[in-house]
Amino acid sequence: MAGPGRTAGGFGRSGFSAGARFLLLAVVCVALMILDSREQHLVRVRQALTVVVSPVRVLVDLPFRTWYSMRDTFATRDALITENQQFRRERLTTEGRLQRLAALEAENARLRELLDSTARVGSRALVAEILAVDPDPYQRFSLNRGFVDGVFVGQALIDAQGVVGQVVTVGPFTSEALLITDADSAVPVTVNRNGLRTIAYGTGDSQRLRLQVTNNAPIEEGDLLISSGLGGVFPQGYPVGRVIEVRLRPKQSFAEIFAEPMAALDRDREVLLVWDDDTDGESDPEEAAAASVADGQ
Amino acid sequence: MAARRHWWASVLSLAATLMLAVVPLPDAIAPLRPDWVAVVLLYWSLMAPRHFSLLTAFWMGIALDTLSGALLGQNALALLVVVYLAEKFHLRLRVFPVSQLAITVLLLLGLYEFILFWVDGMADRTVPLIERWLPPFTGTLVWLAMYVLFDHRERAAPARL
Repeated sequence: MAGPGRTAGGFGRSGFSAGARFLLLAVVCVALMILDSREQHLVRVRQALTVVVSPVRVLVDLPFRTWYSMRDTFATRDALITENQQFRRERLTTEGRLQRLAALEAENARLRELLDSTARVGSRALVAEILAVDPDPYQRFSLNRGFVDGVFVGQALIDAQGVVGQVVTVGPFTSEALLITDADSAVPVTVNRNGLRTIAYGTGDSQRLRLQVTNNAPIEEGDLLISSGLGGVFPQGYPVGRVIEVRLRPKQSFAEIFAEPMAALDRDREVLLVWDDDTDGESDPEEAAAASVADGQ
Repeated sequence: MAARRHWWASVLSLAATLMLAVVPLPDAIAPLRPDWVAVVLLYWSLMAPRHFSLLTAFWMGIALDTLSGALLGQNALALLVVVYLAEKFHLRLRVFPVSQLAITVLLLLGLYEFILFWVDGMADRTVPLIERWLPPFTGTLVWLAMYVLFDHRERAAPARL
């Protein structure tokens, strides 16, 4: 480092101390990174920092929130009527499906009793809004619910179509979640058609999941992937994705398979936080119904 | 009085920078998002060194890490390196013509992204490469725009150094 040294001589007394400060801070950074990459060491620190930077999040979100609410306020009567009609139609179809579901659920419970296996507990859900904050380049997002609402690390998130992701950091009023398409994410799934178990990895692209199964595994384009509940993070039975591409690689033992997530990951403004147990059975019947519709798919 | 007003302006500009860094963009242009924090800190450290200290760079990096869900210290380290180099060499760099200055900024922003990329690699995190190599270019353009827009005062009074 001859160059910097000479320059430092040129610009006087602060030269050396700047170097020393730089080194000290760099060492702090490296230490933080090492601690943070080992899970759970810095959870508290991250929580505190999340609170500190939350004003930035709220401020960024504010114009978007205002825009949405203005749009809702000044929506024309015609638009509202059309939307209302559409919702009514949707409700009718959903209720039609729910009727069938009630019968199926009863049948399922009977069969499970016959098999002597534990019945599936109902799940509780809470609507959370996604804050309009875009933490590039990772596939993550922030929610407006925190641990005062009972949110916990590892909690699963779904939307009307399927699994969205899981919570990774919880602050008091906000939390951060990892999309299932983040390159760090892995969701245990089964193929709905035949029960083949595998894992859906994120690719960093919000339209693609990657599966690894052997070349001779019975999987084909169009297969629906359902969360298998193994691993304990994602509750069992929610749709995760649909296989869109099967690339067999005869020379290698594993085929490369891509699936498209069912959830509208890049369009959602609201998601459901899911509690899989019913320990505190305070559940909004409508939300629970919505959750179990997704459940029954 | 003037100094006090200056202090507020600095804090506000840093907060605005952080907001720009996380504001949602449409998917099509998201990979073009410049590294706002790095660009703004580089601008200050080249044009008015010691306006912000290394500690500011460190805290801005930590804030960015918290907001973006990066490894804690990742952006902080990259910012520290880039700002340190810029402050170290600012006297030499300032005599460069604009074109060479822009190339230096491009190289520093490239180094910034490389450090992020390298840390991601060490920590087994994958980020699509497209999100890593475009920001230095757009960042340099933003830097040039800032240079053209804001730099009259500094240029008029080179004797301060």
